[in-house]
Parts: sequence; structure tokens; C-alpha cells
Amino acid sequence: MRAGRAWVVALAFCATMCAADDAVLIRNADVYPVTATVMKGVSLLIQDGKIVEIGAKVIAPKGAKIVEAKGMRVYPGMIDSGTTLGLSEIGAERVTVDTGELGEFMPQLKALIAVNPDSATFAVTRVNGITSAMTYPAGGRGGGGGGRGAAAPQFIAGRAAFIRLSGWTWEEMEILRSAAMQLNFPSIAGRGGRGGEGAEAPESGRGPAPFTEAKRQYDQQIKKIDEFFDAARQYQKERTANAPGFIKDLKMEAMLPVLEQKEPVAITANRERSIHDAILFAEKHHIRAVIVQPHELGKMAAELKSRNIPVILGRTEALSENEDDPYDKEMTLPAEAYKAGVKFAFGTFSNEWSRNLPFNAARAVAFGLPYEEGLKAITINAAEIWGVSSETGSIEKGKSADLIVTDGDPMELPTQIKRLYIKGKEVELTSRQVELYRRYMERQ
Amino acid sequence: MTKKLLFGILALATLRAEVTVIRNATIVTESGKGTMKGSILVRDGKIAEIGENVLTPDGATVIDANGQWVMPGIIDCHTHIAVDGNMNEASVSVSSMVNIKDVIDPEDIAIYRALAGGVTSANVLHGSANSIGGQTIVLKMRWGQDADGMIFEGATPGVKFALGENPKRSGNPQPGNGNAPLRYPATRMGVEDTIRQAFNQAVAYKAEWDTYDAAVKSGQKSVAPRKDLKLETLKEVLEGKRYVHAHCYRADEILMLIRIADDYGFKIRTFQHVMEGYKVAKEIAAHGAGASTFSDWFGFKMEVFDATAYNAAIMQKKGVLVSVNSDSLNGELMGRLNTEAAKSMKYGGLSREDALAMVTLNPARQLGVDNRVGSIEVGKDADIVIYDKDPVSEFAKVQKVLIDGHKYFDRDQDVSGRAAREAEKQKLLEMEKRTQGSRGGAQ
Repeated sequence: MRAGRAWVVALAFCATMCAADDAVLIRNADVYPVTATVMKGVSLLIQDGKIVEIGAKVIAPKGAKIVEAKGMRVYPGMIDSGTTLGLSEIGAERVTVDTGELGEFMPQLKALIAVNPDSATFAVTRVNGITSAMTYPAGGRGGGGGGRGAAAPQFIAGRAAFIRLSGWTWEEMEILRSAAMQLNFPSIAGRGGRGGEGAEAPESGRGPAPFTEAKRQYDQQIKKIDEFFDAARQYQKERTANAPGFIKDLKMEAMLPVLEQKEPVAITANRERSIHDAILFAEKHHIRAVIVQPHELGKMAAELKSRNIPVILGRTEALSENEDDPYDKEMTLPAEAYKAGVKFAFGTFSNEWSRNLPFNAARAVAFGLPYEEGLKAITINAAEIWGVSSETGSIEKGKSADLIVTDGDPMELPTQIKRLYIKGKEVELTSRQVELYRRYMERQ
Repeated sequence: MTKKLLFGILALATLRAEVTVIRNATIVTESGKGTMKGSILVRDGKIAEIGENVLTPDGATVIDANGQWVMPGIIDCHTHIAVDGNMNEASVSVSSMVNIKDVIDPEDIAIYRALAGGVTSANVLHGSANSIGGQTIVLKMRWGQDADGMIFEGATPGVKFALGENPKRSGNPQPGNGNAPLRYPATRMGVEDTIRQAFNQAVAYKAEWDTYDAAVKSGQKSVAPRKDLKLETLKEVLEGKRYVHAHCYRADEILMLIRIADDYGFKIRTFQHVMEGYKVAKEIAAHGAGASTFSDWFGFKMEVFDATAYNAAIMQKKGVLVSVNSDSLNGELMGRLNTEAAKSMKYGGLSREDALAMVTLNPARQLGVDNRVGSIEVGKDADIVIYDKDPVSEFAKVQKVLIDGHKYFDRDQDVSGRAAREAEKQKLLEMEKRTQGSRGGAQ
């Protein structure tokens, strides 16, 4: 007992006096910064959670942990731009799911404060090299999935957070608590099935609603959203003018960063037509848009490019719902976006598949995307789109040490992640799945 | 009719005359030959020769696969593609009288999309609403043929069982279906009882028939028992003529079914999904059952909370015959089963050959068709996939797929034919618009 106490005192002493005791020197590694060309056989120094030096000759401060990494590679930790990590544990069990709150317009909701740091999925995801993610409140039709939302449509689901996949509390995991406002843009449910629009057919089996009826519904929904944004703009004016009788409203307060273009709106829009309308909507209300999970781009690719609207592409491990489409339509979409000059990152839009993020990027490469662009779309592009590129997304001096040490290309399946650092702290490469493996291999 | 038949015979004749040589490939044989550089001669739908150098007969089609990889056609042990309509006869929990063979839709686009992923054979099963579901069928992905033409001739038929949450849940009113009547069973205890009750009946039914058959054999006059199509299926299970493919997740229910099978003297051919198979790998191996699992699914429902991506590797290391399946409805996962199998290299450190066996030779053995398919060996069906890269690479794409020596998928042709197909579609849509216009909008 006494000895233990002495240790604690000694540790506390060291924590204040030994400045370099959290320093790590990764030696002789091939560093893939993503933002620059590969540096072979260099050393990388981590201190105070940051990358402080990269080069052929880096002197390790006294007390630094030395990691020999000859033949190993260092990449930035990967970023999944579409998840509900921490908010949803077991999709089919509603009590374990915190996505999809009730209400049509809920900008005041924050995904961050519902993130359960002990969700088993965090470790499962991060041992595959994913160190941060966007986590969405995800109601309505789109977003992060996992939630069984309300039957009524939800337009504004709340604010998505950009988080690290490690920390004792959600505050420690936070990189950006309001990285984006999530807007589920309506869509016209067209004819499903053969030769149709491929939109979801009603479950009643009575066939889809006629186009005119679907269009009428769609127009009504757009009008509702317009009115909400108009009301927010009006609120902003009254607030600025300190108009008589002004009362603070939490919904409207949450909209202010959006109206000031400080916070982007992540607009879920799947089809060419909805993307078209979403672009016009963003222009009309002077907001900064990120288009989320489109399944086609078509003529909209050029529009997105000309307006500098970035896109979050979903999994390439997917198929078009329309049977007339080429079998590889979802796999070639990233190459199509790249050729049009559209800036994009990948999201898996599922917690279960978040760990397969690099394989989705690889599949895009197999179907025509340049390799470097695939890597960027799961690292730096994501950081830039969400406004955290000064913090993470590449291996650069001054950035947070969110990085992985691997024995090969992280986009290839047989590659093993050997070490993982989040904010400079080495995270043990274990998860519930690894522990079960170890335990049951021992069963005789 | 005669015309159709004649055409069929002609088509068959052309197929039979096909000779193809795949040259200079890296061949993952999944046989004693391992992975080798060489060529394959295909004749009359069969693999005729494999070697470093193979002579090309006159008139043979030559596929130059220099720098490319060749492996046996992928076999998917668990799919729901090509099924016309509902997957479950959910009114009763023992529905062994129904047969998926009766509702095969040969025009389901999922067949083509599976082909594009290198799948050449697939086990097609009912859903998992029932403790004892329906009869299953193995298909070859012969896109363009009718339903009968797709059936893998000679493959042992199966029957689907299901344990755990799904058959249980089918007994409980669900949100959105609150008026659904309660159906027994609603617990794992009830599922066990349901299966036991069915086999209790089947044993008595079989005894009746055995007595009758013996009487007939010895020349006695006897009245045949009444046929019961539900029990007939289970009688075949008892006789070892029909395979049991059992949907399951948790270790307790896997063990439960093994003990029922032990008690009634039949075998479980495969445990399907079997995400906690790693916990009872010893018992599965001792029973002699195979396991057909997902690579890395987890967390979507309570009974997969203990799922681990290491499942396939653990079971394999503990002596279970393991395959990796898609459970696919639309063919998506069938489009990339090679990399699904390769996940056992990442999670568990298996070799390339052991990993790829999980979607080729192992499922062939589980379905009892390994005398025909599953490896590249002389005498086997020429069901072959050609990739542009190592099939365990995420960067690899399927280039060509042969079934019975005949080319059913060719990526180059697929891509180059797209413009023409799109033009044809637009023409048809125009025609549709015109006809609708001429009807004056009347409905």
C-alpha cells in the first residue's frame, strides 16, 4: 500500500518534471504524409500530443519512448465522414439507439453530448486505423443510419460532431462539437422497380404514388424548410437589431452559425434532381452546403464544382437500386466526381462498416480513381471539408499526432495496423472482438 | 415447342464444342498444385489440362491472361437471390413442404451482378422466420437460361432451419404489425420444442413407410401410407438424402441443435451465419458439421453482439470446415466475396489459399458438389474467374467468368456495350411515352 503510494507520488513528480515522458520517437519509418510525397526511412517525433518533428535526423528528448519502425509505414489516422458512432450500439434494439429524435426541425440537438465513449464499436473501428469520424444525429431518411427514426419525416436532425475515436468522456473526444447542421433534403418517391426511377416503393405493395402526387408532397416539404430558414433569418435580424420584445429561442440560436456560414449544412441528397434542388436551396438561403451520400451526380457534378460545394460519398461496397444501371455504378462514382473536379471524402454511413472505410476507398481506386485521391478522401479531404485540417488529416508538423504505423498499404486487406496513436497517445490495439478471439482460442 | 427444343439442342451442341485456353495466368488452383503460373485447357465444359505449358488446339478460343489471376468460380453457400416474391412462408413455424425451386426468377438482375463478382454457384434458401423453413436449391449463375437451366444438376437438395431471434420474433407482434397473431414459438425453448416435435412425427412417419416398403419388397400386399409432404422432407433428412442448413447465431442454440440431431440420428450439414460458432467450434467439428459465416458483420442485433471478425479463422483453426457467405438479396456482397474471404488473412492470419478456399472449395464441400466444382483440377467443371490482380487485393476486379467452359461475364464487353443498351432503353422509354400519349392519358 505504502509502496503503491510512493509510486503515485513519483509519477506525479515525473509528470511535472520530466518534460519528455510523453514523447515518442518513431524511427526509420516510411512516412506517407498524404499532403506531400513519401519520406523513406525517416523519424517522427511526437510530443504533447502533436507531431513536432519529421526528418532523417531527429534527436529524441531524454525519456522519450523509442519505437523502431524499420520497414514500417506511417500514415495519418483515417477519417470516416459518415457515422453515428457512439449514438447507436445495436441497430435493432431501439433502447440502445439515440439517433432520430422526434420533431421536424431540431437544429438545437447535438450529437456530441449523446456519444457514449464506451461504445464497443469505437475500439472495433479504431483498431483498423480510423482515428476520427463525423457522428450525425441522423433522423429522417438519410444520415448515419442505425436509428429507427420517427415515422414522420425529419428535416433538420441536429448538429453532427467531429470526434476522435478515443477518450474518457465525450468532451475529451470532441474536435468540433458543431461540425455541421444535418438537413435531410426531401426526395420525390418515383416509380420503383424495372425501368423506374429506383426510388423506394411504398411497402403497402399497392404501387408507388403517381408522380403528380409525389411532386405535390415534395413541394410542400421544400416550402416548409424554406419557411423555417426564412424564420431563422428574420430571427437573426431581430436579434442583431435588438428589436423590442425579442426573446431568445434555442432552435433559432442554433441556426445562427449556419446563417453566418460559420457552420456548413450537411444536406443528404441522393438523386440528381434532389442535388439540383439542394444546390439552389443553399444559394437562396446563403448557406454553406456539403452534399451527403449522393448515389448519382450526372450534370450536377459540374454545378458542384463551379460552386465549390464538397461531397461526402457513401460506400462503394454498394449497388445501384436501379437494375438498369451498370453493375459498377456505385464503384465508379468517386472517379466520376474526381474527373469533374468535385472535392469529396468518404463516409461509410454505418457504424458496423466504419472499419471498412479504407476498403471502400480501395474499391473506388479499382474502378478508376487515382490511388492518391482515394487516400486523400479518407484523410485530408475529410479534415478540410469539416474545417479541422489544421488539427488532423495528414502527417505535418504541428498537427495532432493522430496516426497509424502499418506493415503495408492500409487500403489492402492483409495489411496489419501495428500501432495507433490518437492525440499522441498510443492506443492499445484491442477491441471486444480481439478479446473474444484471444479468450476462445484458449478453449481446449 | 419443338422449335424451342431444337434451338436448345443446337445451343447445347455449340457449348459442347467449345475449346478454350487460358494462357499465362497465375492460377490459384485450390488443389494439391497450390498456386502456380501456367495455362488451362477447357474442353466440353470441363477442365481438360493444367500445366506450365498447354498446347493450344486448332480453333480454340485463347484468353491471354498474362499478369492476371485465375481462381475457381466462387460458390456462395447462403443467398436469397433469384427468388420471386416473399422469402418466408411465415404462417407456420414448420414449413418443410415448400420449395424455393418453385419460385426461381431467372431474370433477377442479382444473378448478373453476382456473376460480375465471380460467383458461379449459389445456394438459394428461404428466409429465417421459421424453425424449419423450406427446401433449398443450388443454382449455377447461367445468366440467360430459364429457371430449370440454372439448377445445379445433381446437387444434394437441402432444407433451411432457423434458430434464435428470427423464428422467435415471428411469434411476437411487431411494431407496425401489432395485429399479427401470436405464433408459437416465441422463445429459444419453443424453437427447440418445435424442431423436436417435427422430428418426433417424422420418425413415426418414416417407420410407417419403412414397414410398407419392407412389405412391398417381400411381395406382401399392403396399403401405402398417406404421403405428407412436410414430413417427407424431414424423412429425407433422417435418411441422409437432404442437407440441413441451419441459420443460427448464438452458441447455446448451436449446441441445442447438435443435440437434437444426435438424438434423432441425423446430421447438420452446415450452420449458417453461426457468429458464435467460435465458442462451440469443438462441438461443431465433433458433429462433423460445416460452418458458413459472415466475414465481419456485427452489432446489428443483440444476438450478434458477440460476433467477431476472427470467427472464421478460429473455427478453421479448431477443425471446422468453414465458408464465407453473402446472405445476399440483391447480389451486392456476392460481387466481392473474394475480399470477404481475404478478411481471414487480416483477422486470424490465414494464408491466401486457406482464405480463398472459404469461397471456393469449402462451400463446394459443404454443398456436396466438390466432385464437380470448387477447385481448378482436371475433370472438374470449367467454372473459372479471371481477375486483373491478386484476388485477395481490394484493387482487383473480375475480368471474365466461365461456367461450364462458357463465358457468362466479360467486363470489357459489359463496359463497351453500355452506350448501346442505354440508347435502347431511351428508345423504349420514348415508345412508352408515345403509346401513353395516344391513349389520351386515360387510365
